[in-house]
Amino acid sequence: MEKKYYIKHYCAIKNEAVYKNGEVYHEDETSDNLKDFAKGIYKKLELKYPKFYKMDELCKFSFLASEILLMNEEIDEDTALVFANKASSLVTDRKHQETINDPENYFPSPAIFVYTLPNIALGEISIKHKFKSENAFFVNEKFDSSFIMNYSQMLLDTQKATKVICGWVDLDSNKYDVFLTYLTREEGKQITIRELTDIYNNDYGRISRRA
Amino acid sequence: MRRAYLNSDVIISPLGFTSEENIAKLRNNISGITEQDDTNLHRTSFYGAKIADDKLEELSLQYDLLAYTRLEQMMLLAVKKLLEKNPSLDIHKTGVIIATTKGNVDQLAIDMQSENAYLTSLSNTIESYFTLKNTPIILSNACISGGLAVAVAKRMIQAEQYDDVIVIGGDVLTAFTLSGFFSFQAVSDQPCKPFSKNRTGVSLGEAAAALWVSSNKIEETNVVLTGDASVNDANHISGPSRTGEGLFLSITKALKEANIESEAIDYISAHGTATPFNDEMESIAFSRANLLKVPLNSFKGYYGHTLGASALIETIIARHCLLNNEVFASKGFDELGVSEPVTVLKENKIMPLQRVLNTASGFGGCNVALILEKINS
Repeated sequence: MEKKYYIKHYCAIKNEAVYKNGEVYHEDETSDNLKDFAKGIYKKLELKYPKFYKMDELCKFSFLASEILLMNEEIDEDTALVFANKASSLVTDRKHQETINDPENYFPSPAIFVYTLPNIALGEISIKHKFKSENAFFVNEKFDSSFIMNYSQMLLDTQKATKVICGWVDLDSNKYDVFLTYLTREEGKQITIRELTDIYNNDYGRISRRA
Repeated sequence: MRRAYLNSDVIISPLGFTSEENIAKLRNNISGITEQDDTNLHRTSFYGAKIADDKLEELSLQYDLLAYTRLEQMMLLAVKKLLEKNPSLDIHKTGVIIATTKGNVDQLAIDMQSENAYLTSLSNTIESYFTLKNTPIILSNACISGGLAVAVAKRMIQAEQYDDVIVIGGDVLTAFTLSGFFSFQAVSDQPCKPFSKNRTGVSLGEAAAALWVSSNKIEETNVVLTGDASVNDANHISGPSRTGEGLFLSITKALKEANIESEAIDYISAHGTATPFNDEMESIAFSRANLLKVPLNSFKGYYGHTLGASALIETIIARHCLLNNEVFASKGFDELGVSEPVTVLKENKIMPLQRVLNTASGFGGCNVALILEKINS
């Protein structure tokens, strides 16, 4: 029998704003860079988590979106993370490349290099919530709701996880597009490819000045 | 539930351009790691496993692939050779998964905005070269990518999304990754020595491979992926868990899915990068899983660490070990240097093999365990 799963919460960070379950959670039209934008969301969440400041921007936005999904939620250790994006960790890859391009000014650093893998974002979220579960980071041209949903459902169907956070976290040259959903067996909107595509595509009636 | 058969494979590496050539070199305990003194790769000389440029060029010329990047040449060669030796395999009807950590990252040195540096340039290349209907899926999950991709292939087959999946894995030796591992002071000043007392770090390598995973077997004696699991340590982004938690849980879950106890495992193909912390962590995880008596090796002493390709190559070698009833000495090993007494293979052995455990661990705290079983129909 086909089991049914539900989108309990979803979070989007796009067009200079943060949305939770379709409602505006935070707006910021003044920050002119991703670092300040992320810091503003961190402050709004009233988090005290010094590791946040060490993260690269891909990790920061992944972490913040997951914090918004998990606000007031009971944490389940067996929550899988299934993320995808287009640019992998290229923003930080370029930073690391800059440290080795000039033989006269050669300064590669472990603190940057460690973030040249996209799945580090999954590690950061796992550490924060003590998720001892499945992680997978996929790379596609664009958000593929059908693939992400099928893979997440497969993890739930085969008892490889009891909950899943899945979605799209893409950062590239000051552009950003973040969309995460929290899938459970019990409550929320029943997940379908159509539903997932629609809530991902919702632009909440705003177009970013920076887009 | 459908079975996931590992039907056929190709390895493109410094040890050869077919799986059989690679196995023959392993049988003679020949390593691909040599001293490299190319300043385009690193400022100082280092030990690494690199495919000879002239050999790759010769083969790429023969297959008309010279227009592609180095990694794309290696991946396309792997897939073309896999299709050549399996006329019944139609890539237009299969799922395709590509495992890589850094793809064409070497292109960033030429152009910081290079389109080729996007990992999607690999899936676009494979898609257009073979005129596929569906774009291949890319998995980039640090050093477990190749093994996790085999698990993903099995899951897709069991969910009946595809009857056949081709898993491609590859990473190249680049100044990008070398400089990073050197900055971590994690590169060995001699060919790496997994699980040894005097190990000081990794040797890096490059390779590509292709593996056909199928719901249908093609031989009477075949190898099936019967269990897989991947669990995060939830401990540290660049250091492994001191208790081996994620690896231990991965092994436990994979054994459970395969419906066997640890006593049923005949041989372990371990990750064994030869960094002090990694190998120590693995010994603790194997101890917790009651696997200390099981013969084990690491292939990093032969290939170096080939990042996104490594766990795929090791799965392929494990398949051949099962079919040939043989295991290989853990190259570079001398005196045991981990706190739990794992049984490291000091020489090659002919021994009956029914089930193999293959593991990998990586940055981000990720781990994967795969159980391969030989089945005689």
